[in-house]
Amino acid sequence: MAKKVPEINSSSQADIAFLLLCFFLMTTSMDVDYGITRRLPPPVEQNDEDVKVKERNVMNVLVNKNDRLLVNGRPSDISLLKDQAKEFMTPRPNDPTAPEVDFKDVELLGSVPMSKGVISLQNDRGTSYAMYISVQNELARAFNELKEEMAWQRLHKHLADLNADQEKAINEAVPVRVSEAEPVEIIKQ
Amino acid sequence: MGKFRKSGSKEVPQVSTSSLPDIVYMLIFFFMITTTMRDVELKVKTSMPKASEIQKLEHKALVCSIYIGPPRDTKLGTESRIQLDDAFARPDDIADWVLKERESRNEADRPLLTTALKVHKETRMGVVTDVKQELRKVGAFRINYTTLKGSALEN
Repeated sequence: MAKKVPEINSSSQADIAFLLLCFFLMTTSMDVDYGITRRLPPPVEQNDEDVKVKERNVMNVLVNKNDRLLVNGRPSDISLLKDQAKEFMTPRPNDPTAPEVDFKDVELLGSVPMSKGVISLQNDRGTSYAMYISVQNELARAFNELKEEMAWQRLHKHLADLNADQEKAINEAVPVRVSEAEPVEIIKQ
Repeated sequence: MGKFRKSGSKEVPQVSTSSLPDIVYMLIFFFMITTTMRDVELKVKTSMPKASEIQKLEHKALVCSIYIGPPRDTKLGTESRIQLDDAFARPDDIADWVLKERESRNEADRPLLTTALKVHKETRMGVVTDVKQELRKVGAFRINYTTLKGSALEN
């Protein structure tokens, strides 16, 4: 007759499992990160020629070290920036003061008026990061509203409901044209 | 009628705990799958500003973070410092660090590597600009300004 092997006591298994659980609870984090994604431009060559851009095609946004805004030479406020940027980027072919407009054929959308406008953003070394993010966010909001309008006008859909191809077409029709000026060396006080 | 009365005291049977380990194991697997390992110990304060036009940072494996903010240790002053991995760094160190991070990824994933900038909201842009210039030099063009959800006008 075979010897009976005694059963392994499994009452401590729960304790072991709890220990493991505590370990994972302590060492891991569940937070998901959100943020504004941007693509940096490649470094410029020193002997690069200055690209001439017509004045009517540029909207200058300056942020100084006291977090004050200057839009095209006039003082502005962060709460007005989105509407200013949106107005500037809305294609108006018959307005000589507005940026030039090109018509371009985009798949799924047909002939689309595209503004040649560029928003040029320059900040001081003393600008606070919170202000910088606010400005970036307001500019992004202006472009997102233009995209939403384009999607509704051409595809009769909200931006959030588009499929991948349609989203690509909208992004092509309304490119985010924000350029950050090269940092200028300012003599420290 | 005593015939039908149960003998002995009425005892509630013990709750079986044999399924407890299984329940706990299920919890463990849940946490193992939904969470990620905390990789660095923060030496700087990173209270991030709010923004509304934000995207989710997907694929944590393809993200490397640079922390910028005033040191937690108040003896080190309040000037914003850069933290790479577990140590303070200078802007010159970023190029090497990015190359090292890139080296540790799959060949196919390397172009998709995103640098997340986790910056304290009171930091001056000078430091951030320096970091961005370094990233441009080394070809790490995809960046993400990590923020909290909210209205940017409240910053």
